Amino acid sequence: MVTSLLAGCKSGGTAKPKEDTSISVPQVNTTAVEDIKKAEKIFHALPSPLESAMLIKSAGARFDEALLNPIGNVNSYVTNKSMALNLGIYTCDLSFASLYEQTQLIIDYMNAAKKMADGLGILKAIEQSQIDRLEENINNSEVIMEIVSETFMNSNSYLTDNGQPAIAAMVLVGGWFEGLYISTQLVDLKESKSDKLLGRIIDQKLSVEILLNLLESSKGNPAIDDLIVQVNKLKLVFDKISITSSKITPEYDKKSNTTDLRSEIKTEMTPEVFKELSSLVSEIRKTFVNN
Amino acid sequence: MRIFRIIPILALLAIATTLNVDAQCKGFAKKVCIPELGAYTHDGNYHAAILVEGEEAELYKTFYSDMEYRVAICGEDKLPGVEFKVLDANKNVLYSNKDSNFAKTWDFKLESSQQLKLIIKVNSLNKEGEQPASGCVAIMFGFKIKK
Repeated sequence: MVTSLLAGCKSGGTAKPKEDTSISVPQVNTTAVEDIKKAEKIFHALPSPLESAMLIKSAGARFDEALLNPIGNVNSYVTNKSMALNLGIYTCDLSFASLYEQTQLIIDYMNAAKKMADGLGILKAIEQSQIDRLEENINNSEVIMEIVSETFMNSNSYLTDNGQPAIAAMVLVGGWFEGLYISTQLVDLKESKSDKLLGRIIDQKLSVEILLNLLESSKGNPAIDDLIVQVNKLKLVFDKISITSSKITPEYDKKSNTTDLRSEIKTEMTPEVFKELSSLVSEIRKTFVNN
Repeated sequence: MRIFRIIPILALLAIATTLNVDAQCKGFAKKVCIPELGAYTHDGNYHAAILVEGEEAELYKTFYSDMEYRVAICGEDKLPGVEFKVLDANKNVLYSNKDSNFAKTWDFKLESSQQLKLIIKVNSLNKEGEQPASGCVAIMFGFKIKK
């Protein structure tokens, strides 16, 4: 049965023996939070480009330079929309190159991201001093990740704090799509080692609603309205993927001071749905990078 | 006629002041909140806003089973204190920092990827006749690959 190839039962299926240091955190009754008034500020947080790249690497995927948006495209992005989307895309490519220690690509993609940020008028997003520091520490992955994280925060904080939420959203959308594009392209349905990566792709269904809400908050902006149409198409495909989760049980481990959120999840995606998803992501991404 | 010249200037000043106040949140997030992430890698995302005593913010995010996370929620010293809760999709409270002496950080990992909701509330001192305090509140996430 082909369906079962992509069906998974992840984690929690077999309960691990509890350590002496574990205690169960009491569940607060749902009604206790029912009366919470409407929040003054709502954040829709997508995985950052760095987190997306980290998810691909942790799934055991290989590096493929051919999947990145070529640096040669930088001069073709002249509108705010194309520069914002490709700032996210290049930052994701930069993160991907960083995690796989592709030294020359790291410098090239940092420069491409800088060009996009400069074009958007984001002051001090990526400064020459940061590029110099990057070059000096090109073999130190910890410092590189720190610089990538710092420069990305400089961009999105500038846009958020200067009243440009639509541009900030487009940067995040670009980065999220690039992570999804790279993941879907790296999957080989015949290889069982792709299973983990497929799991991460299925997980993106959980972020589609967040993505739509993020875009809805800037509805009325023509560039955002176009993206809403594209993401709604994508949602229709993600809707064909099934994710069922058991109740989450928090367990606190005193020794590590960490809470383990235990739950069992069952997922199902047919090869046909995967192909449909992969093809649509590729099609949408093409509209971002080909301008 | 003069009034018509003054109003736009005042409006511009008001906008500039608001933007300047918001811009200060970036500095606060960078100097105060990111260091709270310790050994976790900051994801690079920025979530910060000016909140007034008694006000709330919500944040929706997907967390992945491959990662270990630390969330740091920091409020400026002039604010009375920040409470935060983490809820699952069924509104069950998974964590409240009220039970941990209003800790600024929470470390967690997941057996399966989940979308969670954070509710952040600035406590209120309810001092009559006094202007409620307002200040930056930043929400930062750090991650590392699960061991």
